[in-house]
Amino acid sequence: MNEVAASSEAVPRVGVYVCHCGKNIADTVDVKKVSEFASSLPNVVIARDYVHVCDEVGQDTISRDIKEQKLNRVVVAACSPKVHEVTFRRTLAKSGLNPYLLEVGNIREQCSWVHIDNKDLATEKAKDLVIMAVSKALLLRPLEAKEIETTKSTLVIGGGIAGVQAALDLADSGIKVHLVERASNIGGRMAQWGKVFPTMDCAACILMPKLVNVVQHPNITLYTHSEVKDFSGSLGNFKVKIVRKPKYVDEEKCTGCGTCAQKCPVKVPNEFDFGLGQRKAIYIPSPNAIPQKYTIDTDHCLYFTKGVCKVCQKFCTSGAINYEQQPQTVDIQVGTVVVATGYDPFDPSGILEYGFGKYDNVITGPMVERMADAMGPTGGKIIRLSDKKPPKKVAFLQCVGSRDEKLRLAYCSRVCCMYALKDAMMLKEEDPSIEATIFYIDIRAFGKGYEEFYVRGQERGVKFVRGKVSSIVEEPDTKRLRLRYEDTLLGRTIVEAFDLVVLSVGQLPRKEDQELGKLLGLPRGIEGFFMEAHPKLRPNDTVVDGIYLAGSAQYPKDITDAVAQASGAASRAAISLQVGKVQIEPVAPTVDENYCGGCGICVGTCTFNALKFDKQGEKRVVRVDESLCKGCGSCVAACPLSAIKAPQFTDQQIAAQVKALLRPETLRR
Amino acid sequence: MSRSEVRDQASQQDGGGFEPRIIGFLCNWCSYAGADLAGLSRMQYPHNIRIIRVMCTGRIDPTFVLQAFHDGTDGVLVAGCHPGDCHYMAGNEKAIRRLNLLKAYIAEMGLETERLRVEWVSASEGERFADIVRSMVDALKKIGPNPLTETVSSKR
Repeated sequence: MNEVAASSEAVPRVGVYVCHCGKNIADTVDVKKVSEFASSLPNVVIARDYVHVCDEVGQDTISRDIKEQKLNRVVVAACSPKVHEVTFRRTLAKSGLNPYLLEVGNIREQCSWVHIDNKDLATEKAKDLVIMAVSKALLLRPLEAKEIETTKSTLVIGGGIAGVQAALDLADSGIKVHLVERASNIGGRMAQWGKVFPTMDCAACILMPKLVNVVQHPNITLYTHSEVKDFSGSLGNFKVKIVRKPKYVDEEKCTGCGTCAQKCPVKVPNEFDFGLGQRKAIYIPSPNAIPQKYTIDTDHCLYFTKGVCKVCQKFCTSGAINYEQQPQTVDIQVGTVVVATGYDPFDPSGILEYGFGKYDNVITGPMVERMADAMGPTGGKIIRLSDKKPPKKVAFLQCVGSRDEKLRLAYCSRVCCMYALKDAMMLKEEDPSIEATIFYIDIRAFGKGYEEFYVRGQERGVKFVRGKVSSIVEEPDTKRLRLRYEDTLLGRTIVEAFDLVVLSVGQLPRKEDQELGKLLGLPRGIEGFFMEAHPKLRPNDTVVDGIYLAGSAQYPKDITDAVAQASGAASRAAISLQVGKVQIEPVAPTVDENYCGGCGICVGTCTFNALKFDKQGEKRVVRVDESLCKGCGSCVAACPLSAIKAPQFTDQQIAAQVKALLRPETLRR
Repeated sequence: MSRSEVRDQASQQDGGGFEPRIIGFLCNWCSYAGADLAGLSRMQYPHNIRIIRVMCTGRIDPTFVLQAFHDGTDGVLVAGCHPGDCHYMAGNEKAIRRLNLLKAYIAEMGLETERLRVEWVSASEGERFADIVRSMVDALKKIGPNPLTETVSSKR
């Protein structure tokens, strides 16, 4: 380590590297002029421009210059620091220079790419950004990242197929998993489907073994009917408070015999069946729910609402009913987190033209799935809700709640083309004489085997009409639906009657994710799904180190992609845990106790309770708890005596950038 | 040609007139990422802004803004996460309280309050960031250069 050169006493020797980024910067910004300008600045020993500073040659050049030119500060003017700051820090570290003696100037995303028609002005701006970066670089100090041990444990939030897959992969690799599921049972959306495309496998048949594995796995602690209530800490050491909401049924004693539900007098529409079937106030959502333990719905239970009944307790032979059960709080510490909270299907009641909720025989794709489930509310038969008879003519409407600017749901939900095709094929398998028509804008059959499935569907006689249905009107006596649509390939408007209409609804982010996002500090994209760190290179990571994403919580996807992403997220989550330690960024400020007056203004500003009063002899001072500090700097701004000093983004560095820009003549050696 | 001469020539070619200088303090997690997204999406906006990255708008000491006005900037933009979405929970709330107070103070100093603009821009709002820069440049062109600059430079 070149300690002497990097010490605060040594004269700064700055190397500036101006990147062309191929043509991305060089086509707009005159990189040679910027590099020449850089070399004219005080303390700049060498300035170069190069086509891709981040490639091997670029990085080697920086390394060589550090050694040969005895550089002790490096400025790279290139893409956003959010892209390659990490890369160049590694370059410095490998060359024996403290990695925090680097400053990146953003002359791509915030310059060349946004001022394409103004080459001269873009070049001037790039020079400004370089002078700002150099002025900050002169004031950088070497910093040490702290190494801490990681807790070999992961929290998985969400017990659907994605959460389950991630949990199993992590548990199989020897990591302790805490799997938290909001519902009383695990399985998520996949447990609600009848068959899956394109294999036409029975969803439950392929899912159940995984769910049983989760319940039985020695490395997985399962929390159902539970929520994450509190969350703090950072990669390697997150502190989580899980609340197990009372089921009022003792899971150790419940055998899943179902007598309680048989005897319960209260019937409630079953949410698991999207209202098609009914359950009791003491219930499991479906006969093959895992775990096979019952839960009391206190909103409808007669004992909880009126203080009467208690029939379930009377008939339970295991003594499992406990009306006094309390919520249980569990505090755990984990090293990493996987968020797999899934999605909600779009509710089409708001689309008045389609009549969902008004007309009996307008249903959604998920409702068809529940019907197709052999253990479902209609015994595996797809029927019309008005007369419970099987339909002879079915219409599927695509892109309901997707690709719709008016509804502000502009994105494609990916799965609907395939599931409509699957549902149409199921109908045809049951009765080839059934007419099934899919009204589409585009058919997206993108996955492995999907195009072949689409062709098979056409061969089986599924009809396809390219055009959106503009309105649905019910025939009052037959309850058939009259669809008015434009067949765009024929160029004609047609009115046609169908027995049953299925709206292929898209995937929406769960409403509860808003709260969860705030708790975990995870930003969500414009559609409401959790944001990945980088859409191409880090689709499983979030901007919070140690928290990963899997499944539709990140973006609509089918089971194949959910499983693939879950395994990817598990692998990401395992890295720092298998290594056993992780580097913590030096972001915590230090209090200069000579200046600190113990006023406590900073203590009040800290949301993370990282600032605490302490005594230095007789004087009251404040100390920083580095394990809690997130490095936001609010306290640094708040301190009236400037006694708290930030390690990065210091007052002097920010002031220097302002001065270098507005009063460049003041930038002296 | 000196750098300010290049700038003047370029603005003459543009049709002449005053080109305001704006310093933007953007937070790493939301607004800085939003500005990056504007770049990724190739949204074009006026060149007048220079961005300084901070981790959180809560980091912004009012003296940074004051120094910027003292040194001659025509406008200061502070952009952070939307209320409720701050990566550090409530840094942006501290920022808005400090900056609202600061606005009142700069009014007393003789600076138009439009020169200090506080906005919330999320990481997915590239378009919004570009719009904010455009509207701020337009607004500053109407009210003219920083009135303090003459006073200060005459005292140098």
